[in-house]
Formats: sequence, structure tokens, C-alpha cells
Amino acid sequence: MIEVKNLTKLYGNFTAIKDVSFKAERGSILGFLGPNGAGKTTTMRIITGYMPATAGTVLIDGLDIFTQSLEARRKIGYLPETPPLYTDMRVEPYLRFVAKLRGVTRSKMDAALEHALEVCGLVEMRGRICGQLSKGYRQRVGLAQALIHDPQVLVLDEPTIGLDPRQIHEIRGLIKDLSGDRTVVLSTHILPEVSQICDRVVIIADGRVVLEEKLSEIPAGTSLEQVFLDAISKERHATHAEDEETLEEVGAGRA
Amino acid sequence: MKNALTIAGKELAQYFVQPVAYVVMTVFLLLGGFFFFELLSYFQIILQMYSAAQNPQLLAHLNLNDRVIGPLLHNLSIVLVILVPAVTMRTFAEEKRVGTYELLLTAPIRTGEIVAGKFIAASAFLLIMIALAGIFPLILVAFGNPEIGVMVSGYLGLAFLAISFAAIGLFTSSVTQNQIVAAIAGFGALLLLFVISWPAQTGAAGWSAGVLRYLSITDHFSQMVLGIIDTKDIVYFLSLIFVALFLTQRAVESARWR
Repeated sequence: MIEVKNLTKLYGNFTAIKDVSFKAERGSILGFLGPNGAGKTTTMRIITGYMPATAGTVLIDGLDIFTQSLEARRKIGYLPETPPLYTDMRVEPYLRFVAKLRGVTRSKMDAALEHALEVCGLVEMRGRICGQLSKGYRQRVGLAQALIHDPQVLVLDEPTIGLDPRQIHEIRGLIKDLSGDRTVVLSTHILPEVSQICDRVVIIADGRVVLEEKLSEIPAGTSLEQVFLDAISKERHATHAEDEETLEEVGAGRA
Repeated sequence: MKNALTIAGKELAQYFVQPVAYVVMTVFLLLGGFFFFELLSYFQIILQMYSAAQNPQLLAHLNLNDRVIGPLLHNLSIVLVILVPAVTMRTFAEEKRVGTYELLLTAPIRTGEIVAGKFIAASAFLLIMIALAGIFPLILVAFGNPEIGVMVSGYLGLAFLAISFAAIGLFTSSVTQNQIVAAIAGFGALLLLFVISWPAQTGAAGWSAGVLRYLSITDHFSQMVLGIIDTKDIVYFLSLIFVALFLTQRAVESARWR
């Protein structure tokens, strides 16, 4: 389970996210939805302990990511925005390296490796150099490294970006299969993705949570797109013109 | 420690996958061979001159350690000033640029283990390279009678010098995500360590001269090249390594509280 409580992150005096709170239950998939530059990646980086929050806490299965960082990090499998591949390493040694770092013991190593290669469809690619893989396969290797140690919590930052339609379909199926008794948080700006695989959705815009709901609670007949646009435009009306500018700044900063 | 060795293993393998390792070793050994050949030729000329002068006292002073191995080690130490930053520049900077830094920092390992792993790998690589340069004194041993103890001490000094440089190179790489910046900053820092005692020769006097001499890596290295292994010098190298690695660890850790 992931509990995010009142997260705020400032970069200098620019507010990337403000007072973000949500909960992801065990055995469910939480879709973290928002336009570009809304603060999705920032939130995920804080959840995984890559960077600290200015204020607020994150609990991973009850462990604080800041004060009990090592224990909490042991539970997480994380796929960052760009798959963290060593471009000059081959797939298999790369995955073995990551598995060792994440504490997979020698006796379980081979099984963990085969499993990860199998579920991500990488068995034939195991001898290839990471830097020479296509974007879709890089994404798969990224996914494989995130789940190689069989983590309780999976944090996936835009897992299906750059994949072709067939691969997107496969990866979505894979994520769904994986959820089981795990906690999965995935960020995306693709709406159908959320309605297809997620149980809950958190919509964030301008660094604020504008909607947190179970998908089943969204009234039948309303498309998620409608909910999304409503939520974002409500936020737009509510916030001041200054915030509009900051949103543009985020966009510029990312580019 | 296990994690540090995991990282060290990966890093060391990467040195040899990328052409960096081979280029650096080739340059180092080629230049070393060139220096060695030149120094030996010069030695031979002096030997002939002294023999012709029929001055047994001068001849008795002439030896391979002072005339060949000493200058060779000093020359190689300057080559290292340029080569070591080239070896260490990518250690952290590249990880930040490519995004694998995120993988390392979110893995359940301590920052100290990351730094230690990278330091072990860079040191191992440099030690292999210096060991290969051991061919030069071996040639002398085969054809002449240099003092072996002095040579061992000198090479030990070169090894200490190289791994101190590596620690400093790691630090400059840890504070930037640009490899060129890391290399140039490292080069500048190492060169400064080389020349920092110059004011002691030109004007500075009293305690300040003593401090500058103590800080100078050349002064400690020269002692070892002369065959003097003093705890004072060993302590100097070890504290230099410790300080540089400590700063590196702080720089990496700072990502967690910034």
C-alpha cells in the first residue's frame, strides 16, 4: 500500500506539486493521470525516494520513504520516465546487475531472471546490447528491471509510452496480471489506458489533485475523457492567472 | 560491501567494453615506453662520457634508479594528471545524463556503497595499468642491477598517486552531469595539487610554506620515488583519498535532501 500525504515540492520558488494526497491500496492499480507538466513525474520520484519532498510524507507499506528509506526502497520496483539502461551492457547482465542491487539472492537469481525475461517478452533479446534496442524493447527491459525482484509495490512512469499498439496491449495485460496482491501506481496521459486497466484514478493538474475516484464510481455513460476535462477546467477556473503562468513554466522547463 | 562489489564489477566491465580503457592504457604505456627509451639512451650517453673522463667517483654516483626509474615515474605521474580525469569523468556525470542515476538512487543501497563501488573499479583499473608499466623496471632488472627496493617504493608511490587522483576525479564527476566539465575540473584540481608548493620556493615562508609543502602531492610522491616509505606520506595519501570520497558521498547524498 502507498499512502501519499500532503506532498509539496518546490523547485526554488516554483511549486511543482502542492498538497498532493492519495492512497493506493494493495491489490489494485492506481492510474495517475494528468496533462504534461502537471507534476506526475515529480510525485513518482518522491514516492520512490529519488528526491525528497519539501513537505509531506510517503508511506510504503507503512514504512516512511525518508526516515526508513532503505527498507521502504526494498519494496519498490520503479520504472522511471526514461528506462534507466546502461547503453553498453547486454540485457541479461544488466538485469542480473539490477537484481543483485535489489537484493535477489544467488539461489533465486536464475529463476527471477527467467521470469522477468519471460513476462516481458525478452527471452530472444537477452544477448542484445541495451543501447541498440528499439524504443519498445527498451521500455520492456525497463519494465523487466522494475519487477525482477518481485516487489510489493510497482511504480511505473508512463509504462506504455513509445510502444506500438500490439505492445501496448501486451504491456497493459502484463500490468493487469502483475497487480495480483501488489500495489501498482502508473502515470499516464492516455485516458483509455486508465479505463482499461486501473481500479482507481487520481487526476492531477497544475500540481494539485483535482479528482480521486474509483472508476466504478464514475457514473455510467460519462466517459473518462469528460471527467478528465471537467476536472481540469474546474481547476483552471479556480486557480489564479499566476498559476496558469507556472504551468507554462513547467512545460518550458521540461522541454 | 556486497553492493559496492556488485557496482565495482559492473563498472570495471564497462571500462573494458567501452574503448576508454584500451585508449587510456595504450597512451599510458606508449608514452611510458617513449620516456623509458629516451631516459635509457641519455643514461648511456652519460655513462660513455663519464667512462671517457676516467673519473671513478663520478661513475660510482651514476645509477639506474636516479637516472632512469625516478624520472620515468615523475613523467608518468604527469601523464596520470591528464589521464585519470578522463577515466573517472563518466562515473557519475554519465549516469545522471542517461537516467541510470535514478536506478542507483532508488535501489535499496547506501550512497556510500555506490561511491565505494565506483572507487574500487577506478582504482582496480589504474592499478592494472600501473602493473603493466612494471615491464620497464623488469627490463632493467634483466639487463642491469638497479636497487629493487627503491623501484618497488617508487611504483607504490605511483599507485597511491593514481588512486588519490581517482578519488578526486570521482568527486568532480559527482557534482556535474557534464563529462567535459568533470574532466576539466578534475584536471585543474590535480594540476593544482602538483604545483601548490611553488609559493614555498618563491616567497612564502614559515608555517604557510610548511602547509603548502605538506599539501603538495609531488613532495610526498618524490619521497617514495627516492625509496623512502614514510608513514607521513602514506597518511597524506590516505587522508586525501578519504576527504575526496567523503565529499563525493556528500555530493551524491545531497540529491536526497535538496
